[in-house]
Amino acid sequence: MAEAARPAITIGDDAPPVILQHKRVLGVSVATWPKILMPLAVGILALAGWELAVRLQGIPVYILPGPILIAKTMVADWGTLSGSLWITLSISLAALSAAVVLGVSLSVLFAQSKWVELSFFPYAVILQVTPIVAIAPLIIIWVNDVKLSLLICAWIVAFFPILSNTTLGLNSADHNLLNLFQLYKATRFQTLMNLRLPSALPYFLGGLKISGGLALIGAVVAEFVAGTGGSQSGLAYRILESGYQLRIPRMFAALFMISISGIVIFMCLSLLSHLALRRWHESALKREN
Amino acid sequence: MIAADNAAANARPAGPSARPVVAVRGVAKLFSNGTLALQNVDLDIGRHQFMSLLGPSGCGKSTLLRMIAGLGSASAGTIDWPEADHDAHGAALPRLSFVFQEPTLMPWASAIKNVMLPLKLAGVPKEERRARAAEALAMVGLGAFENAYPRELSGGMKMRVSIARGMVTKPDVLLMDEPFAALDEITRFKLNNDLLELWHASNFTVVFVTHSVFESVYLSQRIVVMAARPGRIIADLDTAAPYPRAPDYRTSPLYNDHCRRASQALEVAMGHALGAH
Repeated sequence: MAEAARPAITIGDDAPPVILQHKRVLGVSVATWPKILMPLAVGILALAGWELAVRLQGIPVYILPGPILIAKTMVADWGTLSGSLWITLSISLAALSAAVVLGVSLSVLFAQSKWVELSFFPYAVILQVTPIVAIAPLIIIWVNDVKLSLLICAWIVAFFPILSNTTLGLNSADHNLLNLFQLYKATRFQTLMNLRLPSALPYFLGGLKISGGLALIGAVVAEFVAGTGGSQSGLAYRILESGYQLRIPRMFAALFMISISGIVIFMCLSLLSHLALRRWHESALKREN
Repeated sequence: MIAADNAAANARPAGPSARPVVAVRGVAKLFSNGTLALQNVDLDIGRHQFMSLLGPSGCGKSTLLRMIAGLGSASAGTIDWPEADHDAHGAALPRLSFVFQEPTLMPWASAIKNVMLPLKLAGVPKEERRARAAEALAMVGLGAFENAYPRELSGGMKMRVSIARGMVTKPDVLLMDEPFAALDEITRFKLNNDLLELWHASNFTVVFVTHSVFESVYLSQRIVVMAARPGRIIADLDTAAPYPRAPDYRTSPLYNDHCRRASQALEVAMGHALGAH
């Protein structure tokens, strides 16, 4: 049995894999820097062109303020604007969290039975295709608390991509792996935890990236419809208010803050997605050729 | 049957019991689209036997293997496990593993976590399953790759992980569905030898589905040849030769003789398939 005792492989497979280390500047790899610098350069050029156009053409401030004035206004009105930013962000993030919890729970429920999915999915679609502007006034009338009604509106918009993507992901588990789980007499719960949920992760993260932006849009649109003022107002109301008062630079400042929030939310979710998938999923891997 | 060699007698000594590990009796499979995938299949597979199921595409060899695995039920007939434990309802609980044509690994889990899966599903404690999975990986020569992810491994290495996952539960029966068909010839020859070594060193039964005459002759003691439309067994060949089999077995007269008989049986099988049109 001396023959059988030796390890099955004798070729030089025993060496651990070699991982190439890329050179880093400020903690970011050299290959990544252009990806950061290029869009930044485009942005700076566009802003400079805008400022130049406003100055050379002598466009009045109430038509189109330049970016420098907008930045100054943002700093000057930071007290009011930051409060509103916080309210809009908190509504968006709460709506996104609710969309994640309910979207994932519902899709897990759908994955348990084809009949449940067939019965309920059309209603989820109805919720998605109904314009939020049309139903927001109703929700605001029905729900006494303004903040809660805004949250519900944002949730309705953000919910569907997560539900739809996660449902698709849960049903996309490899059929042979499903057979393997059946062979080893795995329970439904074991199959869900060890196979269906990990298979659904890339799909869920794709849905989450879409929903992050939609939650913000939902919160802003709903607040436009609600149009209520006071100290508890978000950025959408600041835009409306500035429009009424012809404080156009402040309107632009609020608009900028919404855009930047959207970009930051998207970047955070992209980072989350990258961290979760970088070891194994095709989307996070570099092609080797 | 054109050749009913006494294959059971060829099995290695099986201890006090000569009962088969699996007894397939009068099994038929009718798919819902009306295809008769299998008809009247009778097959005894002896303990410690290395048996191949050989046949053209569509002869139902994979269907039969999956039914033996308990994936899908027979339309008629029975599949019994005389030697296995049975649960309270009388259902057999055979200790078996399945190796698919694709490695079928979980891409999000490292090699060792993939190998640990069957133990995890069986509720084996964490330390024990890690130790046993490490042992199984070392057995297939991947001791240094415990933490590698499937995408970091070559096709042959992925298949080794898949085999380690099959071995980690110490099964009585290893069912393999064309496991090396997608690999290049050099890797396939290497894995053929490694599989034989594993089988020779342990004491499990292998049922190996293939469409390669040479692979089935090189590996097995017994080749069951199947024909299509409807899927059925047409020959049961004894391909005895001493183990361990080394590459020079591939050039021996005995090997050539086995290959010739298997090819003839396969030709008959193909003739049946063509005649059915």
